[in-house]
Amino acid sequence: MPDIAINDSTGDLAICPLGLDGVLVRFSRALSPQANGAAHAFCDAVIAAGLPGVTEVAPSLTSVRVGFDPAKTDRHNLTHALRDLLALLRDADTSPRRLWRIPVAFGPDHAPQLAEAAKLAGLTPDLAVAQITALQLRVLAIGFAPGQPYLGMMPPHWDIPRQSELTPKVPRGALVTAVRQLIIFAADTPTGWRQIGQSAFSVWRPDSDRPFALDPGDAVQFVAVSDDTLRDLQANPDSNGGATCEVLR
Amino acid sequence: MPVLTVHSAGPGVTVQDLGRPGWTAQGLSRGGAADRLALLEAAALLDHDTGLAVLEMAGFGGVFSTDRPLRIALTGALMQASIDGVPVPPNTSQLLAAGAKLTIGGARAGVYGYLAFAGGIVTTPVMGSRAAHLTAGLGRALVADDILPLGGDPAPDTPPRRLDSTDRYSGGLIRLMPGPQTDLFDDATLARFLSTSFRRDPRGNRQGVRLDHDGAPFGVASGLSITSDLIVAGDVQLTGDGVPYVLLAECQTIGGYPRIGTVIPADLARTAQAAPGTVLQFTLLDIAQADATAQSDADLLRTLRQACQPLIRDPHDIADLLRYQLVSGVTAGDDLEQDGDGTQG
Repeated sequence: MPDIAINDSTGDLAICPLGLDGVLVRFSRALSPQANGAAHAFCDAVIAAGLPGVTEVAPSLTSVRVGFDPAKTDRHNLTHALRDLLALLRDADTSPRRLWRIPVAFGPDHAPQLAEAAKLAGLTPDLAVAQITALQLRVLAIGFAPGQPYLGMMPPHWDIPRQSELTPKVPRGALVTAVRQLIIFAADTPTGWRQIGQSAFSVWRPDSDRPFALDPGDAVQFVAVSDDTLRDLQANPDSNGGATCEVLR
Repeated sequence: MPVLTVHSAGPGVTVQDLGRPGWTAQGLSRGGAADRLALLEAAALLDHDTGLAVLEMAGFGGVFSTDRPLRIALTGALMQASIDGVPVPPNTSQLLAAGAKLTIGGARAGVYGYLAFAGGIVTTPVMGSRAAHLTAGLGRALVADDILPLGGDPAPDTPPRRLDSTDRYSGGLIRLMPGPQTDLFDDATLARFLSTSFRRDPRGNRQGVRLDHDGAPFGVASGLSITSDLIVAGDVQLTGDGVPYVLLAECQTIGGYPRIGTVIPADLARTAQAAPGTVLQFTLLDIAQADATAQSDADLLRTLRQACQPLIRDPHDIADLLRYQLVSGVTAGDDLEQDGDGTQG
């Protein structure tokens, strides 16, 4: 095996290559609120540091990719600068800045895999919906597709694996689940995640002044509505899917 | 302002440039030309900078005309092309007269052909780029009767040029660099992956291409429960059933299926241009070897500019030129008629 990672002796922390023009700083292989908070705090710190040659800084669930221009810096120098920033990393305020409430239909027309997912979580469909709507989830990362939020974390019994076969197409606005997380799809997408509901909320609005609705760290609570109510929301493109946004801090 | 009229178009004709970097944190991948080298070759032939926007033609071209005389360049996949019935050789700049019909057929070798106009396509940029990003729903494939604004050729009298293009249509050995998840694959699986011959599957698009192989799937023990992590174009991802996909310009920005490594940018065009059935094999570089291959778009364009030569217009020389440009495994076009098969295999 080549030396692909510089492992921190104290734990999971690793600094790895991700493309010719990128370094990935990974805080953990396992998703946890702590690892997610560290990734977001480190992302902010790297942006604030304004390191020479850095082109783009992007956080994910438990990692941060720092893109660089190989003509202006190199992997060795950047890695050293990132290690220095890691040593200075302190706890930041990770409480949500905004709370979104988003209507979701969990009825038979809109939740083709709710029963299957609930069974994998050891629940009835009704209990699964009750658990999903009771929680304030966090936007752990934006990605896969534009504006698309990874929401979590659900309790441990929601650690459902992805399907081994892709579902050919799940519609835009679908609520899907796997591995203790939920996603609202930005567009019609093939996926290995199971569809358990449907919203009329647009996370990606390319024609608007604010093309990405959600920010990493936002809180999201789902509100169960009937299939008919959802159809009404879908028919009214100005309704924002019935979602509301409350500024918390 | 001069305009381009689309009289007909294949199903995958889009406006592309070098894409839209900088939005990974918001979930939007860079996108842009599937074969970035071909776009830079066109820029070199037409004295343009790296901001050139062109037409990318997946598999099949179309019929096009402009209302002013301007130079065009055809690069990338080898496609049968003619202006009012007169053949246009690939990898050259040519004058397209006002109103003349430029007809571009199916790809004889490769997948993505590029049609560039001196002065470029000047549609309104969205988030800093003119590139259609189909998986993100930005822009769309062109259809008959579309009209696009063109920048206008600042020097239409410039004599035609040619640029000897490297063969990137016959697959071959593709160089990988290690990534954050390479170590999830055990040594035996990695060794088997590197010794396997893959064939480009018919399933594929600007997001990624699927590869087929004989033998057991490639998996990791934790394959379906890995924490999703950041992805870059070139990543080789193994889906749940252990089948590799090489991710291209319109890849997702985050994903959960494990990735065995990343195709280096210098070899990504050869992957994108591998037509269904083309054989590919992977080799793994170490990080230093991979980093040594880095070349900026500006440097690459400078090199390509220097390699441009005047086009000798004698038809016999053009025929010879075609042969000179093509290496083994890629047909020169005439033998296609002999075997009657338009695909590269």
